[in-house]
Amino acid sequence: MRRDKFPSGIAGVSVGEIERQVPADEAPPLPTNDRLAVIGKSVPRINGRAKVTGAARFTVDIKLPSMLHARLLRSPHAHAHIVSIDTQAGERHPDVRAVHVITDVVGRAIERDPGTDHGAGGRLPPALYVGAPIAAIAATTPEAADAALRLIEVEYEVLPFVVDMEDARKPDAPAVFALPVVGSGFAGGVPAGGELQQHGNIRGPSKAGARGDIDAGFAEAEVVVEEEYRTQVQTHCCMETHSVVADWRPDGLTVYLSTQFTAGVRNELAEAFRLPRNRVRVVVDAMGGGFGSKSSAGNYARAAVALSRAAGAPVRLALDRREEQLDSGNRPGTFQRLKIGARKDGRLSAISLYTYGTAGTATGAGVGNVAQAMYECQNFASEQYDVFINAGPGCAMRGPGNTPGAFALEQTIDELAEKLTIDPLLLRDRIDASPVRREERRRGAERIGWSRRHVPGADKGPIKRGIGVAQSLWGANVQTNASCEVRLLRDGSVEILSSVQDIGTGIGTVLAQVVAEELGLRPQDITVRIGDTDFPAGPPSYGSRTTASITPPARNAAYKVKQMLFKIVAPHLGVAVEDLLMRGGRIVVRSDATRSLSLRDAAATLRTDQIGALASRSDDYGGFRRTMTDAALAENDLGGVQFAEVAVDTETGIVRVERFVAVQDCGRPMNPRQIESQVQGGILQGISYALFEDRILDRHTGYMLNADLEHYKIVGSRETPDIDVIVLENYQGQSATDAYGIAEPSNIATAPAIANAVYNAIGVRLRQLPMTPAAVLAVLGRIPRGS
Amino acid sequence: MLEASLAVSPVIAETKTATIGSDAGPLTLKINGTVRTIAVAPHSTLAEVLRGPLDLTGTKIGCDRGACSACTVWLDGIPVASCMMLAIDVGDRSVTTIEGLSDGDKLHPVQAAFIEHDAVQCGFCTPGLVMSCASVLAQNPHPTLDEVKAATSGHLCRCGTYPHVFAAMLAAATTGKG
Repeated sequence: MRRDKFPSGIAGVSVGEIERQVPADEAPPLPTNDRLAVIGKSVPRINGRAKVTGAARFTVDIKLPSMLHARLLRSPHAHAHIVSIDTQAGERHPDVRAVHVITDVVGRAIERDPGTDHGAGGRLPPALYVGAPIAAIAATTPEAADAALRLIEVEYEVLPFVVDMEDARKPDAPAVFALPVVGSGFAGGVPAGGELQQHGNIRGPSKAGARGDIDAGFAEAEVVVEEEYRTQVQTHCCMETHSVVADWRPDGLTVYLSTQFTAGVRNELAEAFRLPRNRVRVVVDAMGGGFGSKSSAGNYARAAVALSRAAGAPVRLALDRREEQLDSGNRPGTFQRLKIGARKDGRLSAISLYTYGTAGTATGAGVGNVAQAMYECQNFASEQYDVFINAGPGCAMRGPGNTPGAFALEQTIDELAEKLTIDPLLLRDRIDASPVRREERRRGAERIGWSRRHVPGADKGPIKRGIGVAQSLWGANVQTNASCEVRLLRDGSVEILSSVQDIGTGIGTVLAQVVAEELGLRPQDITVRIGDTDFPAGPPSYGSRTTASITPPARNAAYKVKQMLFKIVAPHLGVAVEDLLMRGGRIVVRSDATRSLSLRDAAATLRTDQIGALASRSDDYGGFRRTMTDAALAENDLGGVQFAEVAVDTETGIVRVERFVAVQDCGRPMNPRQIESQVQGGILQGISYALFEDRILDRHTGYMLNADLEHYKIVGSRETPDIDVIVLENYQGQSATDAYGIAEPSNIATAPAIANAVYNAIGVRLRQLPMTPAAVLAVLGRIPRGS
Repeated sequence: MLEASLAVSPVIAETKTATIGSDAGPLTLKINGTVRTIAVAPHSTLAEVLRGPLDLTGTKIGCDRGACSACTVWLDGIPVASCMMLAIDVGDRSVTTIEGLSDGDKLHPVQAAFIEHDAVQCGFCTPGLVMSCASVLAQNPHPTLDEVKAATSGHLCRCGTYPHVFAAMLAAATTGKG
């Protein structure tokens, strides 16, 4: 280990130094961005040209010789036992090459002791929602596959079902699962595993995070606010639907998959199909959006692999938009009762949260940790429950848990501020210990013009404007199981190799910047090879962890290669290794800049065609807050403070977001323009969640009524406000790049910022999402409230 | 734009006594300045034909029912949703896809502006958006922000590139190109 000094603090506030213990083989500390050539600059996206010319290759664009086309047979019933399946007629269709019946479902909860659920006594797993996948067919054309699906005969025993969360909670509700279940994955709330109690469709409670004495806390409160909130189920709406091309060959399996985690899927498929990992390869080039829904190998991908194995040919399977809406994951809906007690000066004495939510046939509905972690409060208690309904399994969606959780928390804090007659920002200054969020509040308030804010409902006339604020908190995840290789070739060209995937965030560009900075090159001189498990395993692109996890290994691998090259070159120049640096494509003698040689000339002296080095993510230099398998939680959370300015038309109920200011932090910002894209994207998804989106299930048939993009409404260009993004440079000296993520923190505060702005505009609060025109008119008393 | 895509092509009108059966038959199309003849089943959409036998996968299918505009191409210079028309209805109109927008290595000003202003994230909606934006500039070299918003209002972008798309379009406009 070495002791190194790193910049520490927020640029523009105060940046000092902090000393850290650093592994001896890692690169020395980077200075602040203003003193760097490439890092921290808005380098154009390296795959931008491919994307604007249509050359970028998405999974749905891949064509392999002899490729077959697969389609999934899906349940038309919301709940049914599958008594029998007869695939013979389908198999006899002249264009069909393979048929696969799904016997092991993934993604949804499974009964702990297999009873009526999968595999037991040779029974097939029951169909638990409209659209549940049952079987798959591979044929020479998509039309033939569709036609052959209709020839499969399924005998269903139709069972009672329930799709309304409140109906599902009743003691006499039809049971989605006959026996207690265990889940998998993370959707933001109730832990998946473990032996939680389950009564009917209600699983829980999970009481994680409790601290102090909640009763004593409320006893000392001088003011109490207690309110109920509801948030809707939201679907991811990736523009590229879930798609796969599976190519099973005698010497190994190659899977082209629109995925957020090539390395994870590789391991999953190796296990599922009992192959050694060194015979499984997962590849993705361009990828059309994930937002949490493409983190693993779902039923569709596994079916494609099974079909490819059976047919001896590559198989493509792409979900259509209806399937995508029904069965590719969703953000669970929630009910929350939040009670906060405080002293008259604003200090919180107690926070109590009772919440239940539905992830359909999966576990993990919940509201995250914002109520528990955002503000200082000694006494906290929560009870979280899953409620099962016969609907597609939920999964993580951009800021799982914290996004619905912040909707309740930030409105309740605003309400508390009003009751205490303290300005909402001033109250947060008193109860929020985070110096980063303090600075974010300060900058954002100035940019939005917080002093213009009037009392709620003050505007005369039918159009009423208002300004609101809300905060986000998100754990800074780091994937410790993340590695990167850098190679210098004998002609002086440089490659970066990692299985990490660029899902639209621009990590490929950032990697080029990191290595270019280290080797004194331009980003365009570097070839970035990513999205392929033939390369060292990188992190997933979820949890806002990609940049934090893979940029330090990339830098450290480049540093190692540089040291190797210096060892070769130094004797020829008659200097010590420490006396060399790389700049402008050359190796330069530090003490005499007139002495240098080009990287090309230096590389020409290599004994072999290349030198290379691998580096993996070490621990944060100051230590992690918590360590898990393959990942860890950094000491400091990520955050953001967002301000919304809205105009509410009290005659139509339409809420227009006119202006938005977001102040966010991500450690050392690596590429400002790409970061701005991410933050804008998070805000737009947040506006969409706040005002438009809602998955509607018909109570009587279990069908999703808006399984498309016309009736399931997402934000478009006309709803896009003026968005002002400010990103702090928050140096912490925690890794070779000191960079963290931003995708989810940019999405979490948006809906409550809008809700608080709406309250400021009309003087009445909306506690349910989405805030539709009907909902606004109802709280204004202009139309009767719906059920 | 809607009128253009609904017009019955002269080819169909001429052959109204010929039967078009369910099997694939030859179809000749003008694509990006080149005449191509391929085998096409009558029920195939233009989007399917572009992405399939013509190997032009730049045009994307996002919803296959005209709700997202990812599949936007030009017919005689006018943007249409290629998933919402049959290939056999194109007739002798010229089809321009995203692959035909740039001039060899030389990018269209909208493409260059998209890169410069980072109006791209995952890139799936991008080809369709670029086609609509290029068409806007061709008709109105100096659009206002509201005109840009209206022109792109049919395009769904889940990643949220809209603010940078607006910046790219306004920049491409003020440079007087396109």
